[in-house]
Amino acid sequence: MRLINGNGKDKKRKKHKISTIVIYVILTLWALTTLFPFLWVILNSFKESSEVLTSSFSLPQNFSWNNYNNAFHRLNVLNAYKNSFLISGSVTLGVMALSACMSFALSRYRFKGKSVIHGLIVASLMFPVFSTIIPVFRMIVAWGLLNKNIAVILPQTAGNLSFATIVMLGFMESIPVEMEEAAYMEGANVFQVFTRMIIPLCKPSLSTVAIFSFLWSYNDLFVQKIMIRDNTKFPVSTLLEEISSQYGTDFGLMAASVTIIMIPVILVYIFLQKNIIRGLTAGAIKG
Amino acid sequence: MLYKRRWPLLIFLVPGLLFMFIFLYVPFIENIKNSFYDMTAIVEMPGTKWKFIGLRNYRKLITDPDVGTALFNSLKMMVLTILFEVGIAFILAVLVSQVKKLQQLFRTLYFFPVVISATALGLLFKLFYNYNGGMLNQILEYFGKEPVNWLSTELAFTMICIPTLWSYIGFYFVILLTGLSDISDDLYEAAAIDGCNRFKQVFYITLPMMKPVFFTSVTLAVTGALKVFDLPWVMVPNGAPQGVTHFLGTYMYQTTFSLSNFDYGSTLAILIVVLGIVVSRMMRFLTKDRKGGE
Repeated sequence: MRLINGNGKDKKRKKHKISTIVIYVILTLWALTTLFPFLWVILNSFKESSEVLTSSFSLPQNFSWNNYNNAFHRLNVLNAYKNSFLISGSVTLGVMALSACMSFALSRYRFKGKSVIHGLIVASLMFPVFSTIIPVFRMIVAWGLLNKNIAVILPQTAGNLSFATIVMLGFMESIPVEMEEAAYMEGANVFQVFTRMIIPLCKPSLSTVAIFSFLWSYNDLFVQKIMIRDNTKFPVSTLLEEISSQYGTDFGLMAASVTIIMIPVILVYIFLQKNIIRGLTAGAIKG
Repeated sequence: MLYKRRWPLLIFLVPGLLFMFIFLYVPFIENIKNSFYDMTAIVEMPGTKWKFIGLRNYRKLITDPDVGTALFNSLKMMVLTILFEVGIAFILAVLVSQVKKLQQLFRTLYFFPVVISATALGLLFKLFYNYNGGMLNQILEYFGKEPVNWLSTELAFTMICIPTLWSYIGFYFVILLTGLSDISDDLYEAAAIDGCNRFKQVFYITLPMMKPVFFTSVTLAVTGALKVFDLPWVMVPNGAPQGVTHFLGTYMYQTTFSLSNFDYGSTLAILIVVLGIVVSRMMRFLTKDRKGGE
């Protein structure tokens, strides 16, 4: 399409057509690799285990909800959902609130040590969770919070906070101060300006922050595994791992469990894919 | 500065900062300190005081064969992420940028595995790899071949790398595609008029213009490779079989939380941090060097 050449137009065009078809074929093949595993697992979640073992590619002989029944009755999936949504919801709200406040302070005030704080926030991006988890675990044990949702919420919030603040800060610095000036001169105080003007203006970047905080938290296994050891209090990722070690040979049940864990994310992804893609790649594209 | 009263600054700044101090900076420092102690129990009690042991953990680090395996696997993973994650993502991004229709659909489908939890992906691939009636062995059986033990000592590392790499290609695809669409069409048109074919355009326009985006992607991929944990842990816990599939993250977890060797775990965590810093510095150095050469 980019080649516009006077000579041999027809030949070129034909060649072009073929290459376009080849491109579409390659792109479609890759799309199949990303789609196939999920379709396969959903398909097999409706089969008896013995059927999964012998004919995992065919449609289910008798479409059954047995595996789902099993999962919900034997495994307390609903409770795991509840825990996960409580944890990830709190992490999301906490990260949004704290990062919005911090970036407001850093973008609207000048004070001593500001560059130090900014440097600290950037530096903490280099702290992988491995490097802080042992002392955090010690604190959680000492405070008697082990096996409570808050034990996962606290480190996950801290872990997302520095990145969220950097994303928010970039956005807030791009908002002109003139509007706030007018409101402030007319007698609104800082907090009114913040909650009624800045927060609504920051909606796009707040949604970015919300999306990656929620997904990172919901999908994370590492922190959940360390902080929640009581299997009646498992969130989804740890529950899933437990299922695989206990019922690993029950293929139907495994397929159903994997599907159950993915369903909320798939549904949200279908409706919000553009926001999600933007949210998760935000740091990389802006930075 | 617009706001005259200074005290609200504290209200905005302190909660977040305090949070980061308690859960990031202080633990980070404490972790370094811990690596020099013999932590008899996670919480110090009277009678179980931690003993200062100097560099003993670091000496152990150098001689520990499992660290060798984990380090080697993590480094291998870094190279593989650059080659396959960023590499395939780039090819796909170039191809998608050449077509007019269905761009959005490809984006949606390619990115999809990124949002799915590594735990779910790990279990899904475990079903593929299972010896008795796993998907891959069903295919082999259909063609009359013997079933293969996909998670054997020889194959396990490769079989874990496949889903790990595959699931994140969409992420770099989106980053690179955004970078591609930022390159002005005029450049390509000018090149086309000068008789530059599509292949040459990729080499002489796309690749040089994409350098900063590549730098970001490669840095993210390499540091991401260091953080790999969930997927290998679900598929082959404790580096099974015989620890050959350990990554630094999984080995750190096993040492700390399965074997309760907290101080040595802290030392392993420091190794991960240092490696991350070294590698991202190296990336920056490499890209700067090239700029100087031009």
